[in-house]
Amino acid sequence: MKITKEEVEYVAHLARLEFTETEKVRLTTQLNDILMYMDKLNRVNTTGVEPMSHAIALINAFRQDVVWESLDHELSMANAPETKGQSFKVPKIID
Amino acid sequence: MKLNELTIHELQDKLRRIEVSAVDIVSSVFDRIDAVEGKVHAYIALMKEEAYEQAARADEDIKQGHIKELTGIPIALKDILCTKGFRTTCASHVLHNYIPPYDATVIEKLKQAGAVFTGKTNMDEFAMGSSTETSYFGVTKNPWALERIPGGSSGGSAAAVAADECIASIGSDTGGSIRQPAALCGVVGMKPTYGRVSRFGLIAFASSLDQLGPFTKDVEDCAIMMNVMAGYDPKDSTSVPMDVPDYRSFIDRGIDAWTVGIPKEYFIEGIDAEVMTAMQETIKLVEKAGARCVEISLPHTDYCVAVYYIIAPAEASSNLARYDGVKYGYRSSKCRDLLEMYKKTRSEGFGAEVKRRIMIGTYALSSGYYDAYYKKASQVRALIKRDFDQAFTKCDVILAPTTPTPAFKIGEKTDNPLQMYLSDIFTISTNLAGIPGVSVPCGFAGKGLPIGAQFLAGHFEEGKLIQIASVLEKTAHLKSRRPNL
Repeated sequence: MKITKEEVEYVAHLARLEFTETEKVRLTTQLNDILMYMDKLNRVNTTGVEPMSHAIALINAFRQDVVWESLDHELSMANAPETKGQSFKVPKIID
Repeated sequence: MKLNELTIHELQDKLRRIEVSAVDIVSSVFDRIDAVEGKVHAYIALMKEEAYEQAARADEDIKQGHIKELTGIPIALKDILCTKGFRTTCASHVLHNYIPPYDATVIEKLKQAGAVFTGKTNMDEFAMGSSTETSYFGVTKNPWALERIPGGSSGGSAAAVAADECIASIGSDTGGSIRQPAALCGVVGMKPTYGRVSRFGLIAFASSLDQLGPFTKDVEDCAIMMNVMAGYDPKDSTSVPMDVPDYRSFIDRGIDAWTVGIPKEYFIEGIDAEVMTAMQETIKLVEKAGARCVEISLPHTDYCVAVYYIIAPAEASSNLARYDGVKYGYRSSKCRDLLEMYKKTRSEGFGAEVKRRIMIGTYALSSGYYDAYYKKASQVRALIKRDFDQAFTKCDVILAPTTPTPAFKIGEKTDNPLQMYLSDIFTISTNLAGIPGVSVPCGFAGKGLPIGAQFLAGHFEEGKLIQIASVLEKTAHLKSRRPNL
């Protein structure tokens, strides 16, 4: 076993997801199959190989520190499920 | 031929000669949509009203003598591109009500070039899939065989072009999502070099792999679309500040004395016999045109799927953290506190495949597993890129099948995610290495299903791809074949 049902539950919490018992069982099997397949990477000798994060070698892209036109406040809030005044409204965070 | 069946360059010739109006063209496209969309379901939403307005404006421009690259040309947009004021869903419940407050850079460029937008096309949810079956808005059918998948994730964009429900379309390609559906629907599809086309306003899946590109009815149209789409954008810090050539100038240049690499790792057991035959025919056509085909090796090919299905979900798990029900999109109503709101919103908002990939990615990045999965995959990725660098010292372009089989049946692979992932085996190395690729129709299987050939080139050598693809198109004589809908 690469991953247990308990680990699936822990990873789900990290990802802010929740699953039913049936989903958890199926997901555990599927993730096991997928992770077993990934094991083939252990056959590759990568000693001294620099990990690659981007295909094109670019140096950091800086811009001038000047004020640009930005999104209108009202427009930027327009898609929010709930707002109050100029803020996004969410359920209570602490008791 | 009806107007909606013509190419961009054919229609532009007619517009220039005032034989037709842009309104005539858009009407013929919407007539076709009315007739076949019920069978194909290529679109999530149509932009009919806007399209007629844009077409009327195009006719005004033409009257004034102003005709640009895409004036009056109806183009469909994958629903992953932000369109200002028009709902953009990424085929997900979590974005079912999202109205972008801005346009993607590619949308701005298409507008400036005079394009007419027909609508937003269907796709796998958040572009995660190879069949367009994971969409929240239903399955798109392959116009050549309605019981089969159109490919994915840009299945709607490919099907819309194949069914003549638009003249050209835009898709995005993270692991083959333009080239694979192009091959399975019998159209031309190009994934440009990473950084060639701006990603600003493209809803992110895996940021180090995502790239936008065109679906077209022929190679010349592909060049026209690339001329409009390509170029540096200060709003995308990974777009590359480099001059863009006139891609149209590569048409009809021929491939005399070229060397075409045939990677032995792509001609393996498990490839469909008819795909293999079509590839052998393609090699003959390329040689007849004056090129020399040589066997090359890309030794790490066998590891591409494993590398990709660690890196792409890892990036996705981070990118999709933003869907939390606070600033936009779906919010679950059944929650008492913030943590519960996050969990319920995301669990109710995302489909099964998206959740599966978020889980893989979160696991691969979690403490204790990072080195074993993400770091290891990133190292093998470097070796995959090195394979291509070495191959391109021996050849001008690489030729390979786009897919191992023609279009499979709807439902055939939905219960087995690993089988579905393996259908991307020939397209994902391109994204890992950041190089450009194009899929061109190269034959038909016995059941009348299209087969695609894929050409790959070094970074920023899309011109070479246009050059050899136009040679294949002229010698293969498949352009006039159309699905019987």
